[in-house]
Amino acid sequence: MISLTINNKSYNLDVDPATPLLWVLRDHLDLVGTKYGCGMAQCGACTVHLNGEAVRSCVTRVSQAAGKKVVTIEGLSETNEHPVQKAWLELDVAQCGYCQTGQIMSAAALLRKNSNPTDKEIDAAMAGNICRCGTYLRIREAIHMAAEMGKG
Amino acid sequence: MSQTNNSVNRRTFLKSSALAGGGLLLSFTFLSAFKKGELPTDLEAEDQWYEITGYIKITPDNKIKILNPNPEFGQNVMTSLPMIVAEELEVDWDKIVVEMGPHDNVKLGPQFTGGSNSIRMYWKPLREAGAAARQMLLLAAAQTWNLPADELTAKAGMIYHEKSGKSGTYGEFASKAATIPIPKGMKLKDVKNLKLVRNSKKNVEGQKIVSGQPLFGIDFKQEGMLIAMIEHPPAFGMKLKSFDATEVLKMPGIKDVFRQTLYADGMEQGGFDTRSFNELLVIVGKTTWEVMNARKKLKANWEPAGETKDIINGRGGKKEVIVPGKLETTSEQRKLMQEYANRPAQQLRKDGDPETAFKNAAQIIERTYNAPFLAHNCMEPMNFFAHVEADKALLVGPLQAPAWTEPLLSKVLGLPADKIEIQMTRMGGGFGRRAYGHYLAEAALISKKVNAPVKLIYTREDDMTYGIYRPMYTATYRAALDANKNLIGFHVKGGGIPEHAIHANRFPAGAIDNYLAEGWEIPSNITIGAFRAPRSNFNAAAEQSFLDEVAEAMGKDPIDFRLELLKRAKENPVGKNKEYDADRYAGVLNLVKEKSGWNMEENKKYSRGVAAYFCHNSYAAHVIDFINKDGKPTVEQVFSAIDCGIVVNPDASTNMVQGAVVDGIGNALYGSLTHKEGAAEQNNFHRYKMIRMNETPKKIEVHFVQNDIDPTGLGEPPFPPVFGAVANALYRATGKRYYDQPYGPQLNSAKRAF
Repeated sequence: MISLTINNKSYNLDVDPATPLLWVLRDHLDLVGTKYGCGMAQCGACTVHLNGEAVRSCVTRVSQAAGKKVVTIEGLSETNEHPVQKAWLELDVAQCGYCQTGQIMSAAALLRKNSNPTDKEIDAAMAGNICRCGTYLRIREAIHMAAEMGKG
Repeated sequence: MSQTNNSVNRRTFLKSSALAGGGLLLSFTFLSAFKKGELPTDLEAEDQWYEITGYIKITPDNKIKILNPNPEFGQNVMTSLPMIVAEELEVDWDKIVVEMGPHDNVKLGPQFTGGSNSIRMYWKPLREAGAAARQMLLLAAAQTWNLPADELTAKAGMIYHEKSGKSGTYGEFASKAATIPIPKGMKLKDVKNLKLVRNSKKNVEGQKIVSGQPLFGIDFKQEGMLIAMIEHPPAFGMKLKSFDATEVLKMPGIKDVFRQTLYADGMEQGGFDTRSFNELLVIVGKTTWEVMNARKKLKANWEPAGETKDIINGRGGKKEVIVPGKLETTSEQRKLMQEYANRPAQQLRKDGDPETAFKNAAQIIERTYNAPFLAHNCMEPMNFFAHVEADKALLVGPLQAPAWTEPLLSKVLGLPADKIEIQMTRMGGGFGRRAYGHYLAEAALISKKVNAPVKLIYTREDDMTYGIYRPMYTATYRAALDANKNLIGFHVKGGGIPEHAIHANRFPAGAIDNYLAEGWEIPSNITIGAFRAPRSNFNAAAEQSFLDEVAEAMGKDPIDFRLELLKRAKENPVGKNKEYDADRYAGVLNLVKEKSGWNMEENKKYSRGVAAYFCHNSYAAHVIDFINKDGKPTVEQVFSAIDCGIVVNPDASTNMVQGAVVDGIGNALYGSLTHKEGAAEQNNFHRYKMIRMNETPKKIEVHFVQNDIDPTGLGEPPFPPVFGAVANALYRATGKRYYDQPYGPQLNSAKRAF
């Protein structure tokens, strides 16, 4: 049995402790907002927060998450009103949308540490997230916008 | 659901539209395709939905739903196609519910996403559908109120009779309207009077996307569903010999491991039924990780497949195709391409007397361009849900062309088409890859074998190494200049594995007196497929780089040189069958020249490259500016000019063009899939470099030519010329011309040439 706290809810799960957190979220808990893209921490589609840090859930064993606080896109905000989500909507960032939950989780983690990042800091923090549709420009702009919203 | 998609209609439609054969359908008429249903209401749902034309449903309390006919892969049709319906229907956009339509080609048209077709193909039919529905509601109100219909007006989901002050919602008349025959020959709005179309509307699925709702095929679940994966051969040209699953079957969660033949021997394949491997080694289990993990214990023996034969009935008619058995290696492929390039080739177009022009030339410029296979790398890997039962099949997931895949499913399952239901989910990218439905056939056969609902998932490695790539291309361009540096002859000879890229009737054909285009092809067992602007994406790199070099040799500005050629093509075109409109082509060049401040002193600090291209009936031009950063050429900014006629949803269209620019820069600099002994050498993103945010330009300014031409393509046209603009800008940044894609690995040092 592994005890997990995900989006402030407690779960006790009977799974192989080596199972990546990604597949526990997707297959066992129906939290499918966290996406599979590469399985080797190369694309960032599976980004979640582990004790507030952005991690790639595809290479994070579920046992590593035991006793820690996991936040997924479904738990980022109660009513989808996190500044990052609002900015994403305001700028209509998404094209296909598949990578965007991972992008949003990476962006939210960045802003928690750095409330007013420069372009360079954004680029560095977001370089682990691939967007195949090429929406990077809007992602960058949306992070600046979310930072502004955060100030208000 | 209203069950009006009777099988006779559906099959007749497919046959008449030639979709089953994989042909591209560019126009269809909504009225001829649609027969009014006998059961107009949606009885299953909570609400009583009355269907008024195939695209519109309205409840008595005036909820209005518009069905999006075409699969959504990020081009935003889920928003823009319903906008077109709503425009003529006269409804309040903010109160509309948009829903993905079912696969029903009788009611909803071709339902094909690809070829930059969605908007241009549906533009007129959706306007007609909206206008017809509005008229039906007006007639229903006229009958109800006993008033002449022409005294009534419709606005924002309401019907008004000004004289009497009467008014009512669309909903009040929906049940009656649903019984009125669909009027023909509806007058559509003058495009000058469009109120909704041409104004930016936000993605209707934006909320769901940013909150992680289950939108994608890979998110789909059903009670009792199993997970399946396929262990493909390690190389093209190999096939399964034998396997030992003893260890796998001992692993937790594993249900079955078996061999499955995909297409029966001699099965006639449609043009989009391409598959790389026919003998599947399938692993089925309870959860994704259990299957992924157990798969590592699989012992499989592979053997050379040898030469095989396929029967293809595609766009070019029915033919037998011999697939060679050799295990191919990229370096050998390139050598072979050089050999072929020196052999006689098929003549594709000839104007004037090119041989003499080259014989008499004072100067000949000859350059050869090469490009590798590219993988689509959709962020959502190939996957599909299938539940096949004795007499019916349900398939759910991401695909671009349900009407092409349904006949394939019918063949492999032995079920009539009307017993097969395909539901289309949002796709995590497509780029052409998901027009090839082999993975639906695989999922369906696996479900049938294990007698359970199954979701087939490709891992990233499965996806990247499977094939259906952008072909490997080469082309040699030659220009003949006379003693006065006039361009008197032009020759392009293109080849590819397994197809060449040459579009013989495109620019600069029509602009040069003596012109020759030739092509040759080398068969291969490495499978290929449409990749965002097939063929064009190579031509625009090679030809636009070459023209830049020719302009330089002639001592001309690269934009002015193109404009001169276009002037010639317009005023005194050479030969017949010129595909492009010289004015529209010149239009985007002039626009990008103006917007980029092409000749302005303050922009001399940039290493600028320009390129333009015509495809999918649209025109695109880019100016790309590089700067030197830390000793390396780096993209700083991009100016884009696009003529795609009327722009339905401007902000979303801008987003797509910006994305195409980023995609183009990424693929030009890094895209490459190579092979060794038939095995792909890149299998995940650690080996296949994708453009990332730190390499994205600071600014991509997108300008659309303002005109009232019916919409032409947009998803693909901006992509190809990016390659040429990058190569030309890199020349100015480094003093070196770039002939081989990808360019990135050749950028050792940045030495400013100008």
